[in-house]
Amino acid sequence: MRFVFKTSYDADIRLFKHRAQAVWYFLLLLLVLATPLYFVAIGDAYLLGEITGVLILAIAGMGLMLLTGHTGLPSLGHATFMALGCYLNINLLGAGIPWIIAFPLSGLIAGLLGTIIALPVLRLHGVYLALATLAMSILTSDFVVMAEPWTGGIAGAAVPDINIFGMEVNRYSTPYKFYYLVLFVAILLVWFYRNLLRTPTGRSFTAIRDSEISARAMGINLTRTKATSFFLSATAAGLAGALFGHSAGYVTNETFDLVMSITLLLMIVIGGLGFIHGAFFGAIVVGIIPVAIANGRSFLASTFDININIPGLESALFALILVGFILFEPMGLYGRWLKIRTYFELFPFYRKDMFKRQKSYLKTDRVQ
Amino acid sequence: MSLLEIENVTLRFGGLVAVDNVSLRVEEGEVFALVGPNGAGKSTVFNLISRFYDPAEGRITFDGHDLLGHTADQVPSFGIARTFQNIELFEQATVLQNLLVGRHRHRRTGVLSNIVFSPKAHSEERRHREAVEQVIDFLNLQHYRDKMIGGLPYGVRKVVELGRALASEPKLLLLDEPASGLSVEETQDMAFWIEDIQTQMGISVMMVEHDMGLVSAVSNRVMALSDGKELATGTAAEVQSHPAVIEAYLGTGEISKTGTSRA
Ligand SMILES: Nc1ncnc2c1ncn2[C@@H]1O[C@H](COP(=O)(O)OP(=O)(O)OP(=O)(O)O)[C@@H](O)[C@H]1O
Ligand SMILES: [Mg+2]
Repeated sequence: MRFVFKTSYDADIRLFKHRAQAVWYFLLLLLVLATPLYFVAIGDAYLLGEITGVLILAIAGMGLMLLTGHTGLPSLGHATFMALGCYLNINLLGAGIPWIIAFPLSGLIAGLLGTIIALPVLRLHGVYLALATLAMSILTSDFVVMAEPWTGGIAGAAVPDINIFGMEVNRYSTPYKFYYLVLFVAILLVWFYRNLLRTPTGRSFTAIRDSEISARAMGINLTRTKATSFFLSATAAGLAGALFGHSAGYVTNETFDLVMSITLLLMIVIGGLGFIHGAFFGAIVVGIIPVAIANGRSFLASTFDININIPGLESALFALILVGFILFEPMGLYGRWLKIRTYFELFPFYRKDMFKRQKSYLKTDRVQ
Repeated sequence: MSLLEIENVTLRFGGLVAVDNVSLRVEEGEVFALVGPNGAGKSTVFNLISRFYDPAEGRITFDGHDLLGHTADQVPSFGIARTFQNIELFEQATVLQNLLVGRHRHRRTGVLSNIVFSPKAHSEERRHREAVEQVIDFLNLQHYRDKMIGGLPYGVRKVVELGRALASEPKLLLLDEPASGLSVEETQDMAFWIEDIQTQMGISVMMVEHDMGLVSAVSNRVMALSDGKELATGTAAEVQSHPAVIEAYLGTGEISKTGTSRA
């Protein structure tokens, strides 16, 4: 067990609670920085591309986590913001704007457009908000077709390469550079996210999530704060969409479909709602499942001569995993990790019900 | 001019007149108690001041500001903080984080400076934490500082909610049944705190409370309400012996000098 003695007010403003924690994150940073070395050694960067894809998913996941996990607003439409970011990026690059400007700009405009779209539905709660964003997601493909001059419609659009001050970055020809670029964006966004959570803005988000009525009684403007959260969330999704485009190389009206929106939501629930870690854990699971299924399939085929070709197997497995998490591990993978860590920190004093939440007391006669 | 002035305020829920032409004044520096049987309209008066409800008629002014011209989230900026009858804390956050939300009206930095954690945001955070630590010391919450609200006992939650309101450094504190559900010792602590809040911090207090022992101990003036109407206003002793008040409580067995009974 570790006691943290507070010697100044900075102690709990700091990014890391204690030195050991800082050391662990430093080691993690070294690991992700060194990962490409392994792929250089084996001379095959295919898996590195998959890892980059996981990072891109995690960036979109962080966006959704901020909105759903920290502000309590569910969205089934985040693929739409990814689409916005992706197509804006393509068009800005096409207009000759350098990537270093086009990329952040496409995120910001996606955030702005997302907020404008969301404003009318921000008053809705829970399942109604989910339905409104779901409708948006369903319409996305049609809009992409309608906006053919900018999106290429059904035929699709090629995504131009990244060029940073003359340095070409392409997923296939320079996979290592692309990995480091995505990693940089991901780390930057984690830092922004952490800063938000330790300052008034982030606290007003979580306040709204936990009790709208007392958030108002503390002076928090619901509409403005929700809109801010939506803007930041859609911006992150837009950036992820732009990177996704670079990773895919080619996008059509079916790229950012409803399944992607749902996958993002599943991802953060599986990872652990309300934790930044959750976005990453969730992205890893979502990234691993297709690979695991493919490997499992070929293993069964080659060893036992069993051929499984069930269409929709992946979606079914996803659904099963999600139901399992909601039933047995509502705090997600990150929650499981917290429990394991506490078990070792307190060994041998861990109690089984340590993480049990006490039943909450009466809720105020809801003021409408 | 009084700190809070409520004039001829009426609020109806459909056919029910929850607050019926009520007028009251809370003076600067006083503890003003609102008593009355269940359903008298006490919490509704608080919700009117908080601007959760729009009155059908009447005026509410605080410190010279017309509250009815402002929204619920603007009310704290004038210096009004409150607690709720059934505790409304941020469950998935620690005690410290809850108290920090109480500081919301004092924030001086925007989203951008928060995101990059600018030096200004940093020094602002430090100031908020200093203020919050003082509240933690005052209410003896050191032990619970980093605990999640979700796992705290009822009595501690009540204190945290008081702390969150105090953290906003209000001029007027609205306490809706601060002692309900508390043990005798906890109620005594609450009484001491309310006295200190009045005398040492100079904060005016308006509270709704059924425990007449607590009401008599801490309040300067008391108003009794029943069915939304004012029955009597005066000192605790005057109100308790007022015939209309005794009649309103007749049979409910609620009003008593020890005040331990509570529906
Ligand atoms: N949102 C609402 N909609 C309809 N009726 C309401 C609403 N809120 C309160 N009431 C009614 O208004 C009346 C006054 O309620 P209020 O909560 O103010 O009583 P109170 O004096 O605080 O009582 P208690 O001591 O039980 O807390 C009650 O009859 C209650 O049922
Ligand atoms: Mg009440």
